[in-house]
Parts: sequence; C-alpha cells; structure tokens
Amino acid sequence: MTTYIIRRLIMMIPILFGISVISFAIMYAAPGKPTVMDLDPDISVEAREAQMERLGLNDPPHIQYINWMSNVVKGDFGTSFTKKQPVRDMIADRLPNTLILMIFSTILAVIIAIPFGVLSATKQYSKLDYGVTITSFLGLATPNFWLGLMLIMLFSVQLGWTPVGGVSTLGGEFNLLDRLHHLILPAIVLATADMAGLTRYTRSSMLEVINQDYIRTARAKGFREKTVIYKHGLRNALIPIITIFGLMLPTFIGGSVIVEQLFSWPGIGHLFISATFERDYPVIMAITMFGAVLTVIGNLIADILYAVLDPRIEY
Amino acid sequence: MSTLLEVKNLKTHFFSKNKVFPVVDGLDFNVKKGETLAIVGESGSGKSITSLSIMGLVPKPGGKTVAGEIIFDGTDLLSLSENEMYKVRGNDIAMIFQEPMTSLNPVLTIGEQITEVLIYHKKISKKEARQRAVDLLKIVGFARAEEILDDYPHRLSGGMRQRVMIAMAMSCDPKLLIADEPTTALDVTVQAQILELMKDLSHKFDSSIILITHDLGVVAELADRVLVMYAGQVVEESEIVQLFDNPLHPYTQGLLGSVPKINEEQERLSSIGGNVPSPDNFPKGCRFSTRCPHVMEKCIENQPDLIEVYPGRKSRCFLHEEGDS
Repeated sequence: MTTYIIRRLIMMIPILFGISVISFAIMYAAPGKPTVMDLDPDISVEAREAQMERLGLNDPPHIQYINWMSNVVKGDFGTSFTKKQPVRDMIADRLPNTLILMIFSTILAVIIAIPFGVLSATKQYSKLDYGVTITSFLGLATPNFWLGLMLIMLFSVQLGWTPVGGVSTLGGEFNLLDRLHHLILPAIVLATADMAGLTRYTRSSMLEVINQDYIRTARAKGFREKTVIYKHGLRNALIPIITIFGLMLPTFIGGSVIVEQLFSWPGIGHLFISATFERDYPVIMAITMFGAVLTVIGNLIADILYAVLDPRIEY
Repeated sequence: MSTLLEVKNLKTHFFSKNKVFPVVDGLDFNVKKGETLAIVGESGSGKSITSLSIMGLVPKPGGKTVAGEIIFDGTDLLSLSENEMYKVRGNDIAMIFQEPMTSLNPVLTIGEQITEVLIYHKKISKKEARQRAVDLLKIVGFARAEEILDDYPHRLSGGMRQRVMIAMAMSCDPKLLIADEPTTALDVTVQAQILELMKDLSHKFDSSIILITHDLGVVAELADRVLVMYAGQVVEESEIVQLFDNPLHPYTQGLLGSVPKINEEQERLSSIGGNVPSPDNFPKGCRFSTRCPHVMEKCIENQPDLIEVYPGRKSRCFLHEEGDS
C-alpha cells in the first residue's frame, strides 16, 4: 500500500508538468494583456512598454514558462501583477475560506444524498422514489447562479433570515454561530448539484446491490431490513460511489468560482475570477495548478478508499 | 416420527398488471423430524418459490402467498408478523443457496458473517460467537478454521464457500435446513463432498432437510422421501427407493428416463419433449397433458387429484384410477 501511494505520488509529477504546459499555453494564447487593466488609460506607449519589459512579458513564451517554472519548483509562485503581493500569501489568505465552504457543502451533500439515494432504491417506484428522482433532476438542471440569486432574494432580502454575503459580520469578533449563519446559503447552493448527482448514483448502485444473492442470504439469516440494507448493502453500494466522490473534489473549486462571486465569499474562486479579468498571470497559473493538484489527489484518494472498502482490491 | 413442517394448500402467486402467475398452486406436503425431503422438478416448476414461501421471503413486489398454511413446529408461519418471522429465519429455519460464489457478502470476513448470526439470534458475546464459529468451520471441514475466520470470501473456492454457507446455516442449530440446489454450481467431486457433509450434519444436529434440486443423482444420495413438482403442483410423492424402482407418474417416468445409465448402452438419451408451460398459461386439464405420452381425452378437460396409490405413495394421474399404472 505504501509503495503504491509513493509510486502514485511520483507519477503525479509528469501529469502536473503536462497540465502546467497546457494551461500556460492557453493562458498565453488568450487575448488581452495584464497592462491594459492595470494602468491609467492616459499612460504613454513607452511607459506601457517599460512595464511589459519589467514584468518579463516581452520575452518569448518558452523563456517565460521556464522562468515561471524555475520559481515554482522553489515554491515561489511569483508576485501578483495587480496586487503586488506574493501569490502564495494571497492564496494562503483565501484558502481557509474556500476549504470551509467546500468541506461544509460536501458534508451537506453526502448526509442528504446517501440516505435519500438508499431510500429511493429500497422503495423503488414508490411516491418517495419519484419525489426524490424529480427533485434530484431539478437540482441537476438548476444553474448554480440562478439558485443562489433566488435564495438570496427569498432568505436574505424578503425574509431577512440570512446575510446577503461575506464570511462574517464586519468588525465583529470571531463567532461560530455568525460564521455558520453566513455559510449556510453558499454551502446549500454549492452542494445542490453534487447532492442531486450523488443521490442518483447512490440509488442506482444500491438497486444493483439489493438484488444480489448475499442480500438474500442476509434476509435468510433473519436480519431486520435495516441491518440488511445498511450493514450488508450500503458498504457494497458505496464502492462505485467512491469514484464519483473522488471526481467531485476538484469540481468544488470550479463550482465555488460562481458561488463565491455570488455571495462575495473571499475565497480562491473569488480570487480566480478577478485575476482572470485582470490577466493576472501568476495568480491564474497558481490557482490552475492548485486545481490540478486537487484533481490528481482526488483520484488518488478514491483509489486508496477502494482498497479500504473493498477487500478484493489490493495494491 | 413426528411432523416438523406441514404445508397445506400453499398458493404463492405473482401478479403483473393484468396477469396472475400461479407459480405455486395448491401444494400439500409434510416433513418429519430428522427426515430429508427432496423436492424435484424442472426449472420453472415452482420449487424455489416454495422454499422462499416457507422462509417468508417471496420476492416483493409482485409475489405473494395468497392461501394455505405452513405449520412449523405447531405454529402457522403465515400468521406470524414480520417481527416474529425475524426470530424464525436463520434460527429455526436456515437456508443455503445455489450460488456459493455470490451468496456471501464480499466485504465482510467469513468470521463476521458467521458470528453475526450467532450474536443476533443466540445473544452470546463476540468472543463466544467466535469460538463457536471456529468449531463450526472445523465441523464443515476446515482444518485451519482460525485463519479462515479472518479471510474474505473471495479467497475461497466455490466448494469452500458452500461449506461456509453450511456452517453459517447450521450455526443456530436449526430444526429445518432448506437447501436450494446446494451443489448445482459446484464441481462433481466437490458435489459429492458437500452432499456427504450435509448427510453427516443432518444426523449430528438432528435437523430436517428440504433439498431442492433437479438432479436425481443428488436425490438418491441424500433424500428419504421425494416430492416431484410440475407446474406449481405435486405430481408424485414417494419414498426414495420405490420412486427409483417404480415411478408412478408419467412425468417422473420421463425424468428418470432422461438420466443416463452406466450399465446400459444408449444411443441417445431419452427426453421429455417440450417445456414446462408458463404459469400464466397452464393447460385447463392435467398440467402435464401437453407433454404426456399417455395423454387421454379426459386429461385435457379435467384436472386429476393427487391420490394415494399405495400407502405412502401419491400420484396425480388418471391412469391410476383405472386400477393399473
């Protein structure tokens, strides 16, 4: 197992290298220059050129890549063009906010999706099953930003139950309840689509399992339906769901781009949007690489969990 | 010998939108204490559904036991609530299945799967259950029982898994063991070992066995009495030796005729032409009439009753009414 994990970690290096080359090339090919947004529109052409030269943007692309990469290897992601701050600090500042949102919405998605998926499967073709199915398709089909806006309209504007955005009440002391109060809406929005997908996967996986012979064996042993489903069924049904779960991990970063913008949540996604508009290359690259690492690690975690849940898999 | 299980007029039907499938249609039989009763029939004759009806595990939705009584040890199982049935299944009546490869849970160790029954039904401690599981595994022929306990099912062969299933079924010392084609999926050599084991255990634990099979070789090996089923009904009931010597019902004759004989030269095996009729389309008269070589006019119109032809031997055929068979 340990050798397997080490081998997989070593394999991450070429994968991440490939991703960095492609992302760098795409970013370079995109129209617009960092200097356009940054500077006074009345600035002279010479001054702008000098700025380009100073940021190293006039070098040929492969030299720029090599310069960037040689710093990244040393753990230095450069300095933001617009904020003049080290990128590492900018990400470190915002990462906790994103992680809190991600973890909270993942937990929310799992604790709602798995029981409903199981219920939907065990009571196949019942009213509950149809209800869960329709709701999850609605959840899948509803765009994040729209749902977010509607929830803000309803709960924040009309009812006034929740704050409109932000992580905490400005100027206040740290207060857990206040944090949760701010967290609830964005977490619900971020969890919705994954919750819906996860419910469907759980349902189909569970349906397959409850028709297996070992479930009949468990019933023949005289166990109550609950034991049969949760002890003998669920563990088997979870195995394929793990893959989905591993793939979900990086989508939270993607999903949070919209949700964080909507709820003025100062996280990575929020930073990513503004960096993209400002063509802040070092920040864009750093966040892209962060997403890439998350994807690769998500897959690794899924593979490790396979071996933990399924005794037939050994590495 | 006293009677352990008495099944009276058992009817288990399956329902689809506008059709009724009388898969088990008026079954009467009994099992005495310590006896091995074989239920024989082709695929689709309703033998597996009979066993699931006794266990109260008829597949839902769709299947339902609509009539009859299943009197086990003095109580009608059909009148018990689901909560009371939980205490019967796996405890008083245990079952082993056809597919040992898939009948064990792949993510739980052998030990967990055996001890969980013991802890649940006998309310003993984990440690006691483990000791009992080791004993059981030794009884069913595992020399390294302690090691097997912590293994997962995928490490065992089909024959070994069936031994584990048997150990699991016998763990609570059941009064009745239902074995649904226990050897069908196994190698011939392993089949013999498993049958030998079941024979031994039924004596050791003094359990009755209902053996469901389509293999007459298995019947000859293990059973005391045989019930031949055809299209949801009993067509013949007999002691084992007499059945092989002198089968009464044309269907039984056909079944026995289709078994190859080692001491006779045969060009081709004889077979019964056609298939078991589908339960939504049973013939109006005798259900075997469509395939019977002795079919008469009244067989097509009327259903024969199961009549006692000789003491302890019953057959469902008009041929016996005329005084000869």
